[in-house]
Amino acid sequence: MLTSPNGWTGKILHIDLDTASIDALRPETEVYHKYIGGKGLAGYYLRPKVTLSWNHPRMPLLIFTGPLVGTAAPTSGRSTIMSRSPLTGTIADTSVGGRIGFQLKRAGWDGIVITGQSETPCGIEIDDDKVRIVDAGELWGKDTATVFSLLADGGRSVATIGPAAENGVCFAAVMVDKHHVAGRTGIGLCFAAKKLKYLSVQGSSKVRIHDRKKLYAAREEILRLTAASPILMGQHGFSCFGTGSIYDLMDSRRMMPTDNFRKTHFDRASELNAHAYKKRYDPGKHGCMGCHIRCKKIGRSAGYVGSSMPEFETMSHFTALIDNTDMDLVMQANTLCNHYGMDTISAAATLACYKEISGTKDLSGRLIPLLEEIGQGSTELGRQLGKGSFHYASSHNQQTASMSVKGLELPAYDPRGAYGMSLAYALATRGGCHLRAYPVSHEILRKPVATDRFTFSGKARIIKIAEDQNAIVDSLTACKFIFLGAGLEEYAGAFSAVTGVAATAQDLLKVGERIYYLERLMNSLNGFEAKDDDLPGRFFTEAGTSGNGIEVRPLDREAFLEARSRYYRIRGLDEDGRATKEKSKELGLAWNNS
Amino acid sequence: MEQLVKKYAGKLISAGLAENPLVCGLDDEVVWNRPDDDIPILEQVLGGMNINSLICVEPAEPYLTIFRFLTSRYPETITPGDCETRTFLHDVPVIRDFASASILTHLRERKSVVVASDNNIRLITFGGVSPEQAFVSLSSVCFSAFVLFFADYLADCRQGTITKEQQRAFDKAVAELEPPHRTTPVLATGPFNSEQQVYQAIIEAGRFTVDYGLVDSYFGNISYRISQTIYISQTGSSLDALVGCIDPCPMDDSSCAGITASSELVAHDEIYKNTDNRAILHGHPKFAVILSMDCSDFDCINRGQCHIKCTGKRLIKDIPIVPGEVGTGPTGLCHTLPPAIQNKRGVIVWGHGLFTVARKDFNEAFKHLLEIENMCREEYFARARRC
Ligand code: SF4
Ligand SMILES: [Zn+2]
Repeated sequence: MLTSPNGWTGKILHIDLDTASIDALRPETEVYHKYIGGKGLAGYYLRPKVTLSWNHPRMPLLIFTGPLVGTAAPTSGRSTIMSRSPLTGTIADTSVGGRIGFQLKRAGWDGIVITGQSETPCGIEIDDDKVRIVDAGELWGKDTATVFSLLADGGRSVATIGPAAENGVCFAAVMVDKHHVAGRTGIGLCFAAKKLKYLSVQGSSKVRIHDRKKLYAAREEILRLTAASPILMGQHGFSCFGTGSIYDLMDSRRMMPTDNFRKTHFDRASELNAHAYKKRYDPGKHGCMGCHIRCKKIGRSAGYVGSSMPEFETMSHFTALIDNTDMDLVMQANTLCNHYGMDTISAAATLACYKEISGTKDLSGRLIPLLEEIGQGSTELGRQLGKGSFHYASSHNQQTASMSVKGLELPAYDPRGAYGMSLAYALATRGGCHLRAYPVSHEILRKPVATDRFTFSGKARIIKIAEDQNAIVDSLTACKFIFLGAGLEEYAGAFSAVTGVAATAQDLLKVGERIYYLERLMNSLNGFEAKDDDLPGRFFTEAGTSGNGIEVRPLDREAFLEARSRYYRIRGLDEDGRATKEKSKELGLAWNNS
Repeated sequence: MEQLVKKYAGKLISAGLAENPLVCGLDDEVVWNRPDDDIPILEQVLGGMNINSLICVEPAEPYLTIFRFLTSRYPETITPGDCETRTFLHDVPVIRDFASASILTHLRERKSVVVASDNNIRLITFGGVSPEQAFVSLSSVCFSAFVLFFADYLADCRQGTITKEQQRAFDKAVAELEPPHRTTPVLATGPFNSEQQVYQAIIEAGRFTVDYGLVDSYFGNISYRISQTIYISQTGSSLDALVGCIDPCPMDDSSCAGITASSELVAHDEIYKNTDNRAILHGHPKFAVILSMDCSDFDCINRGQCHIKCTGKRLIKDIPIVPGEVGTGPTGLCHTLPPAIQNKRGVIVWGHGLFTVARKDFNEAFKHLLEIENMCREEYFARARRC
């Protein structure tokens, strides 16, 4: 049992949907210190069952907050949802904003472990320590907007799936508090497998803090550093324009994935940038709980009042990747994905794959109908596309048209324009993801310092360190974006102030290393190895679109493989990318499943 | 890696921070710029942290003298009050043993550590992404120590508490100072009308600003306005290496390509909107920074928070001193600098640096920067003599 109740509540809610039983787990202090919370603790609970299939009744579905959640530490309102991915077969964790973590913590829980499968659609309602499994038959089949309008109530947090998950879409998402998405790896389908439609939480107790004064001092430091960050708080930054503010930059750096990654520059980008959206939809600011950056944007113009504005990835993939120049169509596609509960990145990239394979010249007229067919599973094509691009391309014997890693569709940064990104994609534990190592930060945004984006030199270790850092960020939990301004040094101060556990930035990095290695270990147990840590062949054989004085060459395969081998050595994996017994032991991870 | 390691070793020397620096970078294997007896201990440090680069130097003069004094005066922690420290370093721990365990204890928490053993001074910094981080930390540590040393001296002068040892160190450090530049370089003549001209002019002026010691590489910023576009150096760029690091930012915000622009873009933008200047140059000249922190009002209620709260109408000759932090926060210099610079050639931001403006090109802005710094330097010694 946890000895000091500062930061953590010391209690984890276990709900078994097979037996409708509810109980509290009280992990030892050591477990908290070793895995912190969020992604770390969720991974700890996933580990014993990770070799089960994603839809096995005993496969846990995990929702975890971290010690900073609900405190004055900036951007600490986020949490993690984790299970095994129906799309990739890897571990599946997604960081999500909104109020869910905040309310869960205030209800007295550090996390929820959900096992079993309900026979009929259900919801889970939590009010402090009152937990109910309720019938959700009436809501099954309803889109997320309807669920929110029926269930959202004051500060209460609601997480729900939409029809996409119910219809078996492998990239189904969980929508949280209307505007926040747990998007990637098909975590929505994991809800559906348990017949769990929604989760609704409200809590009323305050999080206990070890040293308030120190926490405020750390907070001040963090706020000062964010204010000094042009990317976060500058006049062209995330706070003013949302994440879409990097749209122009990606195109001018010749990194905008265009035409299913066959080009890296989109001629019409300047008409479809964040400024254009701002002008047309007059968005207001919105943010996750406890965030002052507020990078989320919500439309205010006629016809779009209350609509979530598209994030950068959505803006880019629903334009350049599928050759669409209609901004309204992007808004509609975004809204539709949110209502059906689908990941926009995978949805757009799967459509781009379909466009390439089918030879469709202009997709714009078909865009909305196709998304509907996918979300509703109403046609054979819709159902096929709902399995993701890799499945679709494989069934047409054209795997090369799926721009994915381990089956997870790539986001909107072309790796030929940032070599660290190519490693980050290939090596990420959940498949093609930019957020594990987020090399955009130094390769493009110059933080903490700029690195040469066209070299593999030094990148293997940089990726490893960044993965460790982001693993701890997702466990504390905080938002990765704030690390474009502040550092782990400041967050270590906040962590110690909240929990009373003395820890430096380097101590936290070490914990991050354990958390990330555990993910590699879990993937190894499921058979993932070097051949899976690879990029689509296109990047090694085809050049991007040069121009602006920038030459975008194909990636050098040999240099890529060498850098990947260096990464394996640095990470302590064997030469085939598998976790080893020695390294696991060194990091205090159990090798055997006992 | 080898290239980067060499590059930053060279930069440490050319910046006058060290004569024989030791720099390493680590991917899967560690690369040093040269052999040294310190390496085994430093490799233990490297092994004990999740980092990829390390710098260890004996600082060059006058920093050596400054650190010898500061480490005896502040045997555990040096806490400068300037902006670079506040923003990046927090404080600088001091230890006595060049031993991996104690170095690790401090580097795990801070960006730098000073090892003062016998008569040796070693400064150690690190990076998690590139040796450039270690270089930036090291250059900040030296800058901050310089500012603290001279600011302390003046404050102690005013209080009449100068010690013999302090006086000796002061005299020695002063003797080691480079003499001030008296002539300005001839820079491209404006007004500029094409992008090409602007880029070249910015690159040239940036390089001279560093060469003249008016800013450390990596800090400062510089911009030029043509019609409705501001061309400005990027965030975290080195003013002496601006090729490819200048962002065009439309003043109507129609493109966000300037998201990587300097954190002071908002302040530059405001200045351009409210004055007919075309050029802005911002450096961290040391004596302007030191003097901005020298205030004789010891009873002021804002003391300790001068950098955000000072309300005094402070001037050094014709140059106003304003509070303000980096960036766009509520206490940001974007609120204080633009109004203060109207009808002025320059403004000093408390404990941070100097902004100068010009109507035509960088000749004038550079001249102001140099003249104001020279004026501050003379004024500093005059004040020291007076008390
Ligand atoms: S920066 Fe954006 S994503 Fe991050 S916590 Fe704030 S609102 Fe949420
Ligand atoms: Zn400055």
